[in-house]
Amino acid sequence: MGDVVLTNISKTYNDGKTVAVDDVSFSVNKGELFGLIGPDGAGKTSIFRILTTLLIPDGGTASVSGSDVVKDYKTIRRNIGYMPGKFSLYQDLTVEENLNFFATLFDTSIAANYDLVKEIYVQLEPFKKRRAAKLSGGMKQKLALCCALIHKPEVLFLDEPTTGVDAVSRKEFWEMLYRLKEQGITILVSTPYMDEATLCERIALIQGGKIMSIDTPDNIIGQYPKKMFAVRAEKMSTLLKELREYDPIESCFAFGEYHHVTFKAENGNNAEALNTYLNQKGYEQVHVKQTSATIEDCFIRQMNE
Amino acid sequence: MRTLKFLLRKEFRQIFRNRALLPMIFIMPILQLLVIPLAADYEVKNINISVVDHDHSTYSRELISKIHSSGYFRLADYSNSFNDAFKQIENNKSDLVLEIPHGFERNLIRENSQQLFIAVNAINGIKASLGGAYLNNIIAGYNADLRVQLTEVQKFSRRPTIHITSSNWFNTLLNYTYFMVPGIMVSLITMVGVYMCALNIVKEKETGTIEQINVTPIKKYHFILGKLIPFWLIGVFIFSVSLFGVARGVYGIVPVGNVGLLYAFLAVFLVAVLGIGLLISTYSETQQQAMSLAFFFMMVFILMSGLFTSVDSMPEWAIVIAKCNPMTYFIEVNRMVILKGSSFADLKNHFLIMGGFAVVFNTWAILNYKKTS
Repeated sequence: MGDVVLTNISKTYNDGKTVAVDDVSFSVNKGELFGLIGPDGAGKTSIFRILTTLLIPDGGTASVSGSDVVKDYKTIRRNIGYMPGKFSLYQDLTVEENLNFFATLFDTSIAANYDLVKEIYVQLEPFKKRRAAKLSGGMKQKLALCCALIHKPEVLFLDEPTTGVDAVSRKEFWEMLYRLKEQGITILVSTPYMDEATLCERIALIQGGKIMSIDTPDNIIGQYPKKMFAVRAEKMSTLLKELREYDPIESCFAFGEYHHVTFKAENGNNAEALNTYLNQKGYEQVHVKQTSATIEDCFIRQMNE
Repeated sequence: MRTLKFLLRKEFRQIFRNRALLPMIFIMPILQLLVIPLAADYEVKNINISVVDHDHSTYSRELISKIHSSGYFRLADYSNSFNDAFKQIENNKSDLVLEIPHGFERNLIRENSQQLFIAVNAINGIKASLGGAYLNNIIAGYNADLRVQLTEVQKFSRRPTIHITSSNWFNTLLNYTYFMVPGIMVSLITMVGVYMCALNIVKEKETGTIEQINVTPIKKYHFILGKLIPFWLIGVFIFSVSLFGVARGVYGIVPVGNVGLLYAFLAVFLVAVLGIGLLISTYSETQQQAMSLAFFFMMVFILMSGLFTSVDSMPEWAIVIAKCNPMTYFIEVNRMVILKGSSFADLKNHFLIMGGFAVVFNTWAILNYKKTS
C-alpha cells in the first residue's frame, strides 16, 4: 500500500472546458523520492494542489498517509509539508520570524525539530535577522524548505522547487532531498527539467494532464525502443533541417551540442551511411556516435505517440 | 488561543514594518481631521458686493456701512450705474449688486416707503441664496432701526407686529466645525477599516502566503480573527485620538453625552466595517481590484451618509440607499451623543441596526471565503 495514492483523479477548469488533470492514477511508496516530470501546463501543480487539500478534484479519489484528501483534509494538513512553486513566505518578516511563525502554526517550535532542519538552517543562520524579501533566490528556497519541514511532516510536496535557481544551488538542493529521504520522509517533487528526472527513484512522465509512463528512470530509458545516435557538425541549425529530410531517419531533435537521431531501420551501418551522406552534402567536422537515450528523448517519443 | 496570539503578533509586526502604510494609518486621519472641517464649511463669508448708489445721502451711506460691518460682505465696487456694476458680476468680481435709487432718503421719510434693487449672481446657488438672505436680513434690521428712530415719540405702535426671536440649541454658536468634526471622524475610521482590512487579506492572496497558511492545520476563524482584531484595535485608537486629541484639543468639542456609549457603538460599528473589508477581499484577487472596489463603496458611503447633506432632504430612493449605509448611523450617533447628549434609550435602534450590519457582512464574507478557497 502506497503512502500517496491517486485513483482516477481528474480536474477541469472553466466549467469543464480546460482539462488540467485527466484520469490520473499512481501511487508513491513510503520513503520514496518520486518525481512528476512534465512541461509547464502539464497538470503538475493541479495534482499537487489536490494532494495538499487546496483543490477539490472533480472525480476520483486520492489519499495521503491513508487519509482521504477531501474527507480527512484536516489530518492531512497536519502531516504534510508543502512548498509551492512560487516563493510564498512573508517577505516582511525575518528568516527567524518566518520559521517561528510556521512552527507555532503546527504547535511546535524550532528547537523541537531542530535536528531535521539543522543542516539547512545552519546555512541560513547568518541571515536569520534578515527579512525574507532581501534573501537571494537560493536562500529563499532553503528557507521555504525549512518552513515546510519544521513540523516534521510525513510527506513532503515540492512543486518545482528548482525553477529559477542556479545550477550549484540546484545540486545542493537535491543533496538535501536525499538526506531527508534517509530520514524516512516520502517526497513528491515536480520539475520541468528532464535532467533532474534521473535524480528521482521513480518518475511519472506527465503531459496534457495524462500520465504517459511511471517507472524508475533507468527502466524508462531502457524501454526506449531504438538505438540513439548523436550527430554533430558545423552549422547545427541547417544540419537539423538536413537530417529531418534524410529519408532513413525516423526522428531528430536538438539536444545540447548534439542532435539526437534515430533511424527507421536498425542496420549496423546506419552511422557510417549518415556520415558519408553528410560529407557528400559538404558538412565539415561531421561526427556521428552512438549514445544512450535520455529521459527527454523518452518524453518526446511518448509525447508523439 | 496560542495560535491566535502568534497570528496577532505576526500581523502587528507586519503593520509596523510597513513604512508606507504606517503614516497612512496613523497620521493621515489626524491630518485630514485638522484640515477638512475648516474647509468644508457651508457658512458663506466674503460675499463680494457692488453697490450702485444713486442717492449719496446719509441714509444710503448708513445702510452701506451696516452691510459692510456685518462681516459677510466685502465691498467690491462702488459705482454710479447699474451697467458698471453688472460688468463686475460678469467678470466674476462680485456676487451681488445692490442698487439704491435716487431720492432714497427723501422718499423714505416723506412717503414711508422706498424700494431697493438686489441682483444676485446665481451660478453658485448656495452663495447666492445665502447672500441674498443675509442682505435681506441686514436691510430688514436697518429698516427696524429706522422705525424706532422715527416713531420714538409715539411710544406705541398702532400696528401689531409679531417679533420672532430664536434660540439655537446644542450648537449655540452655530459653529460649523461642531457639526462636521463628528461626521468626518466616522468617515476616516470607515476608510481605515475597509481599506486596510481588504488590502491586507488580498495581499496574502497575491503573495501566495494564504496558500501556505491553508495547508497548515490553522482554523479558519483563527485566521479571520487574526485579521480583524488588529484593525479593530487600530480603529479604536484612531477614534480615541480624534475624539480626545483633535476634537477636544483643537476644536474644543467636549462630548455632552456618555463617552462609554460612543465606544460601545464604535465597537459594533468597527465589526460591521471590517466585515465589509473582509467581504471585498473575498471578491478580489489582486490589491488593485480590492482598491477599486473599496473606493467605489467609500464614495457612495461618504456622499450618502448625511455627512455633508442632510439625509432627510434626499429623494426617496436615495434615503433607502442611505439607510443601507452603516456610516449614516454612526455619524448620527456621533452627533447625537457628542452634541446632544443622547442616551442609550435614544440609540437603541441604531445599535440594533448596526448589529444587524455586522452579522450580515461578516456572515456573507465568511460564506464566500469558504466557497472560494
